[in-house]
Amino acid sequence: MIATRGLTKRYGRVVAVRDVDLAVGAGDRFGLLGPNGSGKTTLVRMLLGLVFATSGEIEVMGRPIPRRTGEVLPRVGAMVEGPGAYGHLSGRANLALLDASGPGRGTRRTRRRRVGEALERVGLGGVDDRPVKAYSLGMRQRLGLAAALLHEPELLILDEPTNGLDPRGIREIRDLLRALNEDGTTILLCSHLLGEVEELCTRVGVMDRGRLVLQRDMSDVRALTGRVELRTPDAARVVALLDGRVEHRDGDLLLVRAADAAELNARLVADGLRVTEIRPQRRTLEEVVLSLTGASADRFDRPGAAADARAGTDARADADRTAGELT
Amino acid sequence: MIRTELVKMLRRPRTWVSLMLLCGLPGLVAAFLGVTKVAPPAGQGPAFLSAVLSNGTLYPAAALAMVLPLFLPVSVAVVGGDSVAGEAGSGMLRYLLLRPVGRTRLLVAKLAALVGFVLLAVVAVTLSSYAIGIAVFGAKPASAVTGASLVTSMSGTGLTTPQVLLRLACAMLYVGVSMLGVGAIALFLSTVTDSALGAALGALAALVTSQILVSLDAAAAVHPYLPTRYWLAWIDFFRAPVLWHDIQRGLALQAVYVAVFLAAAWANFATRDITN
Ligand SMILES: Nc1ncnc2c1ncn2[C@@H]1O[C@H](COP(=O)(O)OP(=O)(O)OP(=O)(O)O)[C@@H](O)[C@H]1O
Ligand SMILES: [Mg+2]
Repeated sequence: MIATRGLTKRYGRVVAVRDVDLAVGAGDRFGLLGPNGSGKTTLVRMLLGLVFATSGEIEVMGRPIPRRTGEVLPRVGAMVEGPGAYGHLSGRANLALLDASGPGRGTRRTRRRRVGEALERVGLGGVDDRPVKAYSLGMRQRLGLAAALLHEPELLILDEPTNGLDPRGIREIRDLLRALNEDGTTILLCSHLLGEVEELCTRVGVMDRGRLVLQRDMSDVRALTGRVELRTPDAARVVALLDGRVEHRDGDLLLVRAADAAELNARLVADGLRVTEIRPQRRTLEEVVLSLTGASADRFDRPGAAADARAGTDARADADRTAGELT
Repeated sequence: MIRTELVKMLRRPRTWVSLMLLCGLPGLVAAFLGVTKVAPPAGQGPAFLSAVLSNGTLYPAAALAMVLPLFLPVSVAVVGGDSVAGEAGSGMLRYLLLRPVGRTRLLVAKLAALVGFVLLAVVAVTLSSYAIGIAVFGAKPASAVTGASLVTSMSGTGLTTPQVLLRLACAMLYVGVSMLGVGAIALFLSTVTDSALGAALGALAALVTSQILVSLDAAAAVHPYLPTRYWLAWIDFFRAPVLWHDIQRGLALQAVYVAVFLAAAWANFATRDITN
């Protein structure tokens, strides 16, 4: 669906995107992660022909971008860095105007129906005629999504679509995206909400300082670590019994090196040790992302402060271990 | 696309406010003149104003003379400056381009909307001031010559009412065309910056510079190339016979300005990164 080769974008001296080979297959739900300023938005803008690459090639739906943008874009829905709308018009009028501006899939007769359906999908079906400037942040965000869905796109590119939505709204959008994907829509999603990506996406890409440092299936990323998390009131005795296989102890919470949680549980119970909680440890997306990415590119610490800030994060120590395992 | 741009312009409250202002100024002047009957001495104040007291049909010409130096170019610069930069400001530019609307098409549609606005403005000023003129000053000259209602033209010969109307229409269109140069400059600046205000101010700066240079004899060498040099040539429509020389040059000059700045706008916009 999307393929880039050696894609690079410079803004003057800043290299926003560096040598990216992105591959998104048809039917994927692809999540693009990365710290602020890592180049996600720039990458998306290049895919859509808004920003011209310094070097490298882009193919979307088998056609070169930006040369054949006109053929590709009618089949793509997108939201880039927040919604856009004319404040003095109603949401419905905005969508109708946008629909009328471009080449038609269908005509004026079907416009009202299409606009109504798109609003319905994002939960604005019953919205009144108040102007968009009187909308709440969440309503604007939904309106932006409706605009992206207006022409039943085969590819949906969303840059932080749930920005400003409440938890229920985020959930609704996630369900909506999943339903669209089941109907065959490919989804590329940029987000800082790791939970959202973890729940929704089947593939993840991680960007750091302009580079695409990871591109994997979600199931690989969230692989088992070969450890078991265990909570027990008899922690001291468990440590004695397992002798050296306990890697970490925090009160009654233990981290045990063991391939099979069931087997470990059986052994503890056989020795009369009580188990409150037990589960195989999986890497979290957060660990993976933190391990692969440096401090955000748009943090501008003073030279001394940067080191402090980095040393201060406890997560990094764990994260570095994860990085070793992934690569 | 051109249609939607025109609709968009017509649905903006700002369009109607600026039209109201444009029509309001001649209305205000007419009110004062109608009440006091004190006409500026011939040759002073806006052109034609001394003549209208005796005949209202000439009032549109006086109204055009009033809005031409400032009101009209300012409103054109604002609309032109807003055309692309305003879309960028509301965040709609990227969604229009993603719709997709080709960049060239978008620019052409914006220019068409700008021309539509200029036409709307000059027609509104002309019609409203014609109505005001008839209402306040009457259609018949106080000292009407028997047989035909005559208006004294600038060169002193008489014109019949249909002739006056025809010449008014020509003058109106000429004034409209005169605005296109400023509009094209504003449109070009609008593709350079994402600030609609900045683009409008830039175009106005160009305008003021041009007007100052036109009045400066030391700059005589560049006069023929200044966008405002032939702005007042529309008065030549009311001479008998019509003096075509300046009118033709004015039209050609505006055409050159539009062509040059439209080309520059296109070259810039078609290759620009849209990062707003
Ligand atoms: N128009 C521009 N001119 C100059 N530099 C830019 C421009 N746009 C982006 N950059 C730089 O390019 C880099 C990548 O920016 P980009 O917006 O793509 O990051 P991002 O991953 O989307 O960040 P965020 O998560 O905060 O949205 C940043 O260092 C930014 O400063
Ligand atoms: Mg971004």
